[in-house]
Amino acid sequence: MLLYAGLVVFLLAAILLLSYLLGQHHHDRATNKPYEGGIEQTGSARLRFSAQFYLVAMLFVIFDVEAVFIILWALGFYELGWPGYIGVAIFIAQLVVVLIYEWGIGALDIGLNVKKIMKKYKQLTS
Amino acid sequence: MFSLETITNSIQQWLYSTFNPTMALILECAIVMLLVIGLFAVLGLVLVLMERKVAARMQIRLGPNRVGPRGMLQTAADTLKLMMKEGLTPDGADKFLFNLAPFIVMIAAMLIMAPIAFAKGFQIWDINIGVLYVSAVSSVSVIGILMAGWASNNKYSLLGAMRSGAQIVSYELSAGLSIISIVVLAGSLQVSDIIASQQTGWWLFRGHIPALIAFVIFIIAVTAETNRAPFDLAEAESELTAGFHTEYSGMRFALFFLAEYINIFIVCAIGATLFLGGWMPLHIGNWDDFNRIMDYIPSSLWFLGKTFCLIFLIMWFRWTFPRLRVDQLLSLEWKYLLPISMFNLLLITLIAIMGWHF
Amino acid sequence: MDISQVLFYALSAMALGSAIMVVISRNPVHSVLWLIITFFAISGHYILMNAQFLGIVNLIVYAGAIMVLFLFVIMLMNLNAETEPQKNKWLKLAGVVAGGCLLLVLVAALKQAEVKGKVAMLETGDIGLIRNLGKALFTDFVVPFEISSILFLSAMVGAVVIGKK
Repeated sequence: MLLYAGLVVFLLAAILLLSYLLGQHHHDRATNKPYEGGIEQTGSARLRFSAQFYLVAMLFVIFDVEAVFIILWALGFYELGWPGYIGVAIFIAQLVVVLIYEWGIGALDIGLNVKKIMKKYKQLTS
Repeated sequence: MFSLETITNSIQQWLYSTFNPTMALILECAIVMLLVIGLFAVLGLVLVLMERKVAARMQIRLGPNRVGPRGMLQTAADTLKLMMKEGLTPDGADKFLFNLAPFIVMIAAMLIMAPIAFAKGFQIWDINIGVLYVSAVSSVSVIGILMAGWASNNKYSLLGAMRSGAQIVSYELSAGLSIISIVVLAGSLQVSDIIASQQTGWWLFRGHIPALIAFVIFIIAVTAETNRAPFDLAEAESELTAGFHTEYSGMRFALFFLAEYINIFIVCAIGATLFLGGWMPLHIGNWDDFNRIMDYIPSSLWFLGKTFCLIFLIMWFRWTFPRLRVDQLLSLEWKYLLPISMFNLLLITLIAIMGWHF
Repeated sequence: MDISQVLFYALSAMALGSAIMVVISRNPVHSVLWLIITFFAISGHYILMNAQFLGIVNLIVYAGAIMVLFLFVIMLMNLNAETEPQKNKWLKLAGVVAGGCLLLVLVAALKQAEVKGKVAMLETGDIGLIRNLGKALFTDFVVPFEISSILFLSAMVGAVVIGKK
């Protein structure tokens, strides 16, 4: 496996080197400018992001760990029988209930809150 | 009868009879590596051409038809062209990470190939936790994408990378849960065991409706995981130019592009292995004559046929559905697919415990 | 020296080297990437000790999930090498003292610990190992397992509180 990975790295490096040797090289004023629709870049490209990405990543971590537990059960569920099944059913049900709760309070509504914006808009226009 | 297993066995016997064991092992490794790398090159060329041809047919066009017979050498010409291009690195980019990212994405794609069974007895590494290995390695490619987007010092790239990161990690859960539901039915994580358990019929048919639901969820999830339309927000051309690989040019871009197609092949191969029986021929109950005719078709053809059917399905999606918005995409996963796939898993295990599957 | 020992030393060197790089690299994103390499080395150790399941889970959960979370958070907070605040000299000293104390405790604990004499082995592991793990989890430790789901529950609620402000 390590050999295989090593060979892959070597091959990719060879391809890139070949393309580096074959490709042209020039350095004009705008050659290495970051692309931003053909105009000058405004501000830094290191943007700040919505905290909702954090929420997605956090939920992913939680459900990933949960999936690992489920795999452990899935491999031995014949021997574990009904007690194991009930155990996992409770486990999954709890998480689904929280998921539904979060759906209810609107935590899963990712993106703009259109209702809030419309309310504000109506306040401003009236 | 033509069979890959006999060929590989005879090669192995010849190697061990002519060289001493260590030498033979090394030679075997070398042959396997060359085969895999050759396979990659061929797959990349075939899949890109297939994508363009399918797209053309769907839009009543001809597609590439100038280079070579029926345009078959078009992608080879494109690769040559990309090889001759200048590789640019934008100002302010993190040079090391910028150059490392295509490597990581590509290596991850190549490593996932290891446990896939291409034909009867034709598998690189039959690891005992095969399916888990696949999901572990595929989670590494997210890091490559995030690196590419962050290192490029470009707003489009960063936005594309964040979107694609959120999308891949979300849909990985549903894909994982539907894989687990087949693991439950087959009772093993090993790819060869999963295929062997489908001797009498494919899990898609034997597992009743829950298996069908798992299959549909799997297809949706892997379409999103490979950043394909209608989930191609990460590289939505009309808003983000090219997403996380906006700043990549020349061969480094080609590596991302190739990795994308290799990933499509891999997820379809896994789908074919889990739900459609891998290289197992189609058998129907007691129709002995029918089953015997099906057995005459080589196992490698069965595997490739099933895989390419799924690939065609995914390409078909691209020209059928309009692109989703990022909030629609995430709420589809978290509000619908995830709870459904969890309950579906419970249903499947119920079926397995009660022995209701055929 | 057989191959498993060679692998052990190579992986240990990789783990230690990249762990040091996590601490000394100035760019937080680089730190995270070095940490990922550390996790890979540790997974290699698990596989060397014939615990493939733990190794793969380590990759899935730590290198796959938690590192993506870290990257997201670093990008969210827009941490860069330039914006890193200059630390107070006293703070650095306090850090050294605290780290030294931890090292002392760890060394003492390791000296106390018995070496069970299990050398790394490179056999093809049995799937039965995972089966037994699952069995133990769902028979002997079923109550802690259910309680861990409460932990997940509170983590989810906490994440929502932070994410939604």
